[in-house]
Amino acid sequence: MAAIAGQPALIWQKAFASGAASRAAGVLRRAIFAVLALPFATVAPALAQGPATGAATATAAKSITILMVRELRDRLPPLSLLDQPPKDDGIAGAKLAIDDNNTTGRFLNQSFTLATLENADPSALVAAAKGEVEKGATGFIVADVAPDTLLQLSDAIAGKDAVIFNASAPDERLREEACRANVKHTAPSHAMLADGLAQYLAVKRWRRWLLVVGTQPDDALFADALRRAAKRFGHKIVEERIFKYEVGSRRADGGFEQIQQQIPSFLQGAADHDIVLVSDPGSLFSDYFPYRTWEARPVAGSAGLYATSWHPAVELWGGTQFQNRFKRLAGRNMRPLDYNVWMAVRSVGEAATRRRSGDTKELIAYMRLPEFELAAFKGRKLTYRDWNGQLRQPILVTTDKLHVTVSPQPEFLHQFSELDTLGIDKPETKCAAYTK
Amino acid sequence: MRRSLSSLATATALVCAAGFAAPSAQAYTVFVTNEKENTVSVIDSEKLEVVGTIKVGARPRGVTLSKDLKWLLVCASDDNAVQVYDSKTYQLVKTLPSGPDPELLAFHPSGNPLYIANEDDNLVTVVDPEAGKVLAEIPVGVEPEGMGISPDGKVLVNTSETTNMAHFIDTSTHQIFDNVLVDTRPRVAEFTHDGTQVWVSSEIGGNVTVLDAANRKQLAKIKFEIQGITPDAIQPVGVRHTKDGRWTFVALGPANRVAIIDSKTFQVVKYVLVGQRVWQLALTPDDKLLFTTNGTSNDVTAIDVEKQRAVKSLKVGRYPWGVVVAPF
Repeated sequence: MAAIAGQPALIWQKAFASGAASRAAGVLRRAIFAVLALPFATVAPALAQGPATGAATATAAKSITILMVRELRDRLPPLSLLDQPPKDDGIAGAKLAIDDNNTTGRFLNQSFTLATLENADPSALVAAAKGEVEKGATGFIVADVAPDTLLQLSDAIAGKDAVIFNASAPDERLREEACRANVKHTAPSHAMLADGLAQYLAVKRWRRWLLVVGTQPDDALFADALRRAAKRFGHKIVEERIFKYEVGSRRADGGFEQIQQQIPSFLQGAADHDIVLVSDPGSLFSDYFPYRTWEARPVAGSAGLYATSWHPAVELWGGTQFQNRFKRLAGRNMRPLDYNVWMAVRSVGEAATRRRSGDTKELIAYMRLPEFELAAFKGRKLTYRDWNGQLRQPILVTTDKLHVTVSPQPEFLHQFSELDTLGIDKPETKCAAYTK
Repeated sequence: MRRSLSSLATATALVCAAGFAAPSAQAYTVFVTNEKENTVSVIDSEKLEVVGTIKVGARPRGVTLSKDLKWLLVCASDDNAVQVYDSKTYQLVKTLPSGPDPELLAFHPSGNPLYIANEDDNLVTVVDPEAGKVLAEIPVGVEPEGMGISPDGKVLVNTSETTNMAHFIDTSTHQIFDNVLVDTRPRVAEFTHDGTQVWVSSEIGGNVTVLDAANRKQLAKIKFEIQGITPDAIQPVGVRHTKDGRWTFVALGPANRVAIIDSKTFQVVKYVLVGQRVWQLALTPDDKLLFTTNGTSNDVTAIDVEKQRAVKSLKVGRYPWGVVVAPF
């Protein structure tokens, strides 16, 4: 069922009933898998050659297909074995949301289907996704792709009745100068994450930051967000240091002997600070910092205390049942990407429920209205910003094991929505395409 | 600001309590489940004091009494069981099979069966409490919670929090005969005493939908507006009606207030400041006092129904959740 890296494969899964309901009824869940004929596709022998379009697999008029597009990227492995991404990272979140949508859908004669496209070649991936949209197989794409691929995909389907949910890229430019009218973002941006963390540090009055930045491009982007947050919430970056470290060489039969010398000496002689902020979104080196600092100071940013959209230990606001459902389905903990994808697929489900419709155009239009709201276990409704399509959401500020707090902090007010104290606000936005 | 208002209310309440006799003509027993303490606090409604604490199972939430008043039933959510306690001696009598993660429960007016919402398994479980047997499982939407039973016992309304529906279930066939879409995260469904209406609170939607029980059409959507409180913090949960059909009370969660609504006109007449994150409500049998569970401030507020104001807030266990008043 897993796609072979480098080769496009399209996998269709049709869920006839929600997982939980069918389990309860003692009914085995039926699934049909079909691989579409695509250029260069190798049909796995276990999978039957299927029908050529999504419409052909649909059994009811109100069947809605959501296409998950994944770019298989060669990424450097995170330091900790605990952080290695599972193969179905994000996909499992989509499956849960499809199940949740179908449980509701069976009361309204609606059914939801997940299709996935995976490829290491961005151009082939974009072409295949575009083909699906042009065929009318789907108008809802959930993307776990690199920022440039997202823009290519957006341009490829521009003007068509289709919307893309960016579930993984936190890059600000996708929401700002390079924003696209047909892209929504369920993944929080770097600025939202940095603001969520900075608000809590302001409440703690840990105001003097020693900022450590890695050498990866993403490290510089998150560092920008941290600098902006520092200014916004009254912090002072007393010093910045670049951590030049040969990333990716995570595993060795030793290592700690040198690291416990290397980190303190790297931090030696810094200006007085309350906290060490480390920018390393890929978790390639930041986990070396806690408990190894020169001064006895806490670490935050990408290790120690960090901001995230989801955490596998959160049981707030009915989260227990949500986590349990996910674990039963995927056999592992829910990760932020799973959650971001779940919110995207649930957005489509919520729109379909409210409009009692499967019409792509109508659902896309509804998701742009101010009355569209999503419940996502964050204790308040989530809505899409009308100036750049970013989903407003509370940000969890957490350690590896448990959340510490949830931002926005009550001390920070806003004239319209406290959630807009997180990230780029309407008066600051550089996004023009979205409001046109 | 919020804190000072809250203490002001408490202070006022204390003065009232000291200055006047408690408005309840008769002493009742109030049982409050404390979600994060695994206890039930027992309150004397006349003295307005905690008179006892019962150690119960893990994560107690929904709580009710059997028709003959002998049993106090507690949803021990994390133990996946409904525990039955002797309502006078507080001894554990037995444990009922409940399905996973029971959250709220309702008795058929005849006293049997018992309907339980299983939040973790998209089911309503029907249990014979005498025999301790599961009679049926009814598949509903995602995260079932609210359980409202019609006064004649013919209709059970269950709300599902993620599906956003009120499911109307025929209790004779255990079949859903209608699904009504309401606003986001419906928490509680409550029939009026005459059985003609069902009021459904939507926590995230921030409103209450009033449905005609006969045809399931919407009669009203009640919205709330409180100066100085952001709309996102208004999260309706508990709903209770007085027997005379005059007043309906709605707990507004982190808005820290209970709305008093004219049941006939659907207009909010007053917001009463209580403790923090107010969720569930219960009236005394004479409808003179309303008790509220204030989760985040670990207290229960008693509201004088006639005067429409808080009488006293009393400290209970950690994160009070459910509440029921016994007519003894």
